[in-house]
Amino acid sequence: MTTTTIELTPKDFKGKVDPDWCPGCGDFGVLNALQRAASELGMQPHEIVTVSGIGCSSNLPGYINTYGAHTLHGRSLAFATGVKMANHDLNVIATGGDGDGYGIGGNHFTHTARRNVDLTYVVMNNQIYGLTTGQVSPTSRIGQKTKSTPFGSVEYPINPITSAIMNGATYVARAYSGDVKHLTDLIKGGIRHKGFALIDVFSPCVTFNLDNSHNFFKARVRKLEDEGHDTDDWAAACEKAMAWGDEIYVGKFFHMENDKESLTDLEPVLRDGPIAKRQGGLTEEQADRIIQRMM
Amino acid sequence: MTNGNFDFALAIGGSAGQGIATPGDTLARIVARRGLHLSTYNAYQSIIRGGHIFLTVRIAEQEVRSHGDKLDLLLALNQDTMDRHLRLLGSGAAALYNSDDVSPGDAGDGVQLCPLPVKEITGLQRVGLNQNTVALGAMMHLLGLDFSLLETSIAQQFARKGEEVVNENVRVALAGYTHAQENFVPYPDPMPEGGEPLAVWSGNEALAMGGAAAGVKFYAAYPMSPSTGVLHWYAQNARSLGIMVRQVEDEIGVANMIVGAAHAGARAMCATSGGGFALMTEAIGAASMMEIPCVFINVQRAGPSTGVPTKTEQGDLWQALGASQGDFERFVVSPLDALDAYNTVPELFNLADKLQCPGIILSDLLISEGRYSIHPRDIEFHPAIDRGALVDEGAASGGEYLRYKDTPSGVSPRALPGTPGHVHIVATDEHDEDSMLLSDEFTNPHRRRASVEKRARKFQDAASLIAPPEIEGPADAEATLVGWGSTAGVIAEAIEQLAERGVTANRLAVKWLIPLHAEEIAAALSGRKFIIVENNYSGQFARYLRSETGLSAYGHVRKYDGEPFAPHHIADGVADLLGGEGGVFVPRQEVIV
Repeated sequence: MTTTTIELTPKDFKGKVDPDWCPGCGDFGVLNALQRAASELGMQPHEIVTVSGIGCSSNLPGYINTYGAHTLHGRSLAFATGVKMANHDLNVIATGGDGDGYGIGGNHFTHTARRNVDLTYVVMNNQIYGLTTGQVSPTSRIGQKTKSTPFGSVEYPINPITSAIMNGATYVARAYSGDVKHLTDLIKGGIRHKGFALIDVFSPCVTFNLDNSHNFFKARVRKLEDEGHDTDDWAAACEKAMAWGDEIYVGKFFHMENDKESLTDLEPVLRDGPIAKRQGGLTEEQADRIIQRMM
Repeated sequence: MTNGNFDFALAIGGSAGQGIATPGDTLARIVARRGLHLSTYNAYQSIIRGGHIFLTVRIAEQEVRSHGDKLDLLLALNQDTMDRHLRLLGSGAAALYNSDDVSPGDAGDGVQLCPLPVKEITGLQRVGLNQNTVALGAMMHLLGLDFSLLETSIAQQFARKGEEVVNENVRVALAGYTHAQENFVPYPDPMPEGGEPLAVWSGNEALAMGGAAAGVKFYAAYPMSPSTGVLHWYAQNARSLGIMVRQVEDEIGVANMIVGAAHAGARAMCATSGGGFALMTEAIGAASMMEIPCVFINVQRAGPSTGVPTKTEQGDLWQALGASQGDFERFVVSPLDALDAYNTVPELFNLADKLQCPGIILSDLLISEGRYSIHPRDIEFHPAIDRGALVDEGAASGGEYLRYKDTPSGVSPRALPGTPGHVHIVATDEHDEDSMLLSDEFTNPHRRRASVEKRARKFQDAASLIAPPEIEGPADAEATLVGWGSTAGVIAEAIEQLAERGVTANRLAVKWLIPLHAEEIAAALSGRKFIIVENNYSGQFARYLRSETGLSAYGHVRKYDGEPFAPHHIADGVADLLGGEGGVFVPRQEVIV
């Protein structure tokens, strides 16, 4: 429902304040890519709702010129689902970090993927809790030393890519925030996709996670596009997603384009348009029907 | 002739799986269609098969406000029921039972035992749930009702299963009716004709319907007794009403999802019980901070923790009062009965929209799972809907739009996402007029103070938007009985019983808890001997009332055994307290279920 044809530049999607992230933070690249994606897709600020939880990366809605909701820690997907279900004309983008999405919000991550809610979820995965000054996260590697694991973590990390595929997500990608062009393309694909799209982004924390730095990723990331990967093949996608060593894959792992409908398509109540635009209570006829059933 | 005073109670007891609900429903509909009033209470346990279930159905020509004190007819579907409850029957009462399986034991004087040799009279070898239908047939005779009423009811109930099933059920029902005609003495007063036909609903159905009438377009829930009836109503009806229903992974998801849907502009609601409500509380504070109107229902059950999932209690008052961290604005309301629950929903939505904040409804198992007659004309299907200060979708942005504009009333017009020219952020972090976060690097004590005061200002006169409670009954009464929420009806009946005993009492039924009409309540109670009646151990309302008004009650009647008050529990308590020096009276539950 575009109401104007003025083409906007990424700059038009700049928020009212500048980010308060640390200089060199990977999240700058993600913000930049989101603004470019919105511009390149010809979107208008009022057509987008950016929903986040809590954490350094969850401050993002303040820095982008769209409708925004800075909700509770871990709850961005539940809130975003509510927004999308109430008004599916809106483009809903959820943003946040690995602790917010895969830790405290893990249950919603599982079920939002299962429902195939038509959302684009961009996770700035820095493998650390940054805003609380450096504790272990659900994606921290085993052995990693953090403030809450000073002798090294003895827990294995979650794999967001395989989790998302297994839970039923229909567009699953990973990117490195240092390659804004590549990330922009993956976000655009996610926004265009009808269904739940996860873009897990390596977004280094330059202050509290020196293990997984920009240099760490620059030396290791390999694009799936260069590997002849088949995005229909979920088993191959999972195998590629598990790789963690000298080669770490980024790109589009899995994309189910037409075989699985989104919740918007499946929910019969939405066939008459967004429920948020339906005001009013019961008609006479509906009231009659209800009372007849009670007699 | 009954002179308009027909008042009859029957109970059906058995184990889970014996199909108690069906004869209960059939009977309720027959009675309501006849224009008689009805109140039912089902005592059950958290079990799918086995245990003991005891459904009490009170039927009267006058409106009934509780399930009452006495029992005129017992239908014992198993031996356990007979052993537990036969002793409750007094002279003039009757006990019906399948004499193939159940033996009566010692009945009191004047109790009519009505054995039904079900196999013999139906010719069936395997009886199963048919025994309920046989018993219904026998009941029709005892109550002086025409068999055709039951026949019609069975035909409707089993219509979908085909003619054969209908005929078989009518046949066994008639066997029971005929056997009763030949062997049992009917009650001296046949069940009279009442007025116009009445409908039947449960409190949960009333809450759900109240939402639909209020324009709820998004309902989400996680199943939890005793709130699940609300979800079931929406699941059954919502699609044809254009309402979305979501069953969500947990109550945290439920709560945040309704806040999201409400933010996008849909009226959104959810219901749960105390445990689920505990998980929702962070989102309630978030809705208040982001200034998003939505409604949360807590159908209280006996706590703490998992507690007694199928028993009633008013134990979550302080949980509701403290549901979320920080100082924040919200309504908390406890409806007085099923119709009041219905009416409360649209009223609360209008208030929540007006002041852009969440509202909490405290129901309980007694209201929500009880079934009641209701005259269709008493249901206002088209209540006023006021969405509060909303920016029109087509509105041009007259300059800069400030979502949290600091206005004299504290209310800032709300633009829904999608409105061109009004792009803004809502935030759970403290924020200024323009949604800029005051936490992190922008900390500013003066802006923080202004933001707190802006939101608080909305509530300065909130109490004036709703009706204060009033004393009902004789002004010069010896005692005032104070209750909140679901006890209003049973207190009224206790007052009638007290009058028969020569004690005059009046009633103050409190519905709105936040805002509480502290001044009006203090004025109403000052100089009075008042007794607080509540369904919990520690006197949660008594403590709240004292904290808000400084008033202490003369005495307290409290019950926390899981079962609701019967009128005589309260009447006994009041008489006892007035005869002594106040204190706390805890009635003893006679019906063991």
